[in-house]
Amino acid sequence: MDTLIELSHIKKTFGKLQVLKDISCHFESGNIVSVLGPNASGKTTMIKSILGMVIPDEGDIRFCGARVNKTFDYKKYIGYMPQIGRYPDNMKIGQLFDMMLDIRNCNKIPDTDLIEAYRLKSMYHKPMRTLSGGTRQKVSAALAFMFNPDVLILDEPTAGLDPFATEILKQKILAEKANNRLVIITSHILSESEELADTVMYLYEGKIKFYEPLAALQMETGEQKLGKILTRLLTEEHV
Amino acid sequence: MFKIAKYIILDIIRSKVLIAYTLLLATICTVIFLSDSDVIKGLVSITTIVMIIVPLVSIIYATTYYFNAAEFTELLVSQPIKRRDILLGEYLGISSSILGAFVLGVCLPVALFALSATGITLMVAGGLVTLSFTSLAFWASTKTRDKSKGIGLALMIWFYAAIIYDALVLLFLFTFSDYPLEKAMIVLTALNPVDLARIMILLKLDISALMGYTGALYRQFFGSGTGIAFSVSMLFIWSVLPVLLALKIFSKKDL
Repeated sequence: MDTLIELSHIKKTFGKLQVLKDISCHFESGNIVSVLGPNASGKTTMIKSILGMVIPDEGDIRFCGARVNKTFDYKKYIGYMPQIGRYPDNMKIGQLFDMMLDIRNCNKIPDTDLIEAYRLKSMYHKPMRTLSGGTRQKVSAALAFMFNPDVLILDEPTAGLDPFATEILKQKILAEKANNRLVIITSHILSESEELADTVMYLYEGKIKFYEPLAALQMETGEQKLGKILTRLLTEEHV
Repeated sequence: MFKIAKYIILDIIRSKVLIAYTLLLATICTVIFLSDSDVIKGLVSITTIVMIIVPLVSIIYATTYYFNAAEFTELLVSQPIKRRDILLGEYLGISSSILGAFVLGVCLPVALFALSATGITLMVAGGLVTLSFTSLAFWASTKTRDKSKGIGLALMIWFYAAIIYDALVLLFLFTFSDYPLEKAMIVLTALNPVDLARIMILLKLDISALMGYTGALYRQFFGSGTGIAFSVSMLFIWSVLPVLLALKIFSKKDL
């Protein structure tokens, strides 16, 4: 397990609101990290900082040891699936995939597993604006996995997907883990995190409340279900 | 950068808005030329209309497109592409599409009906106005966070350039009518791309006498080679400077 991404002392303020308060952590390969936390706890902001979409006020982001703040080259090792994927309205699905291949200039053979599993090929002629939310999610997922990235960052990947599609995605995530990739997932669905995650990170008001392997958490609290573990850990703090 | 521009142009061509704009311009120009045998009068009418419609459509279309493509921009930022190249690619794609519409809608009819030095001045001036306002649209879009504010700012810029500016200049002239204002007026003109373009064309038309008491001075300054060079380079600055500012803002912007 190598450390792929390292955050040190990341701080970010939006207006008066401090969204990330001194976040330091690292993410290793061959690991599925589930980032949990209530709404507005800074999950998406943290993810976007890693991707350089949000520029932190302070702190370093390192990728394989090198500082990557405000650079772009490291992003070719990352596949990102946004919370809401929206694409040029008049573009067709097939054209979108061709465009991304063209823009990324990738010389590896693209990973089309999800395109096939979701039968997107039969919809290649459909313009993006006519797609349902779920289909868009499928397109986003297929795009994130397409370039065989070392790191996958999935922001609420299963929101809007039907149970079958969710299952396919889960299998794909587990397969990628077996390929020694790092997968970072934010989600509100605890059963899902429980099923996939090796490590759980809990963010609360811009701070890391805990970041531990799931097994260790289960040992510590004597509970099996993530929901119960969370209630136990979080109520203990407050009592 | 060019790849992004290419895909944006392909996307815009498939939408109908810009085609409607092209047809509108082409219809206006053709109707004006056909209804009046006097080509010069026709060019004056076209100038009047073009200097209102072209900036409005350029700035509003570019702003709307920028905000509609916000998620797409986000997607691109998450890819291994420089932020600079993303914004420049978008600018290149959008501005060349609008410019293409102007070429087909105005330059083509003018070339067919009234190919002259004045006609060419109109083409160049209109083209540069298109670029200036697209550039301003990028500044307005990166400066603001949401679509309604962005379009609001874009409309304000258009109002300023096309309507309020003239009133301000008149007010300025009245207030300081006791002083020699010739030099100041030239500086003032440079502050508005629409004015620069309009004066360029009117001077070429040789009807500067219609422009009141500063007309003679404009003629003296703008009519000469250096005058044309001055206004073209000022318009050029108007097309480049806002986009440079936008690049600066965009490089630090959270998406």
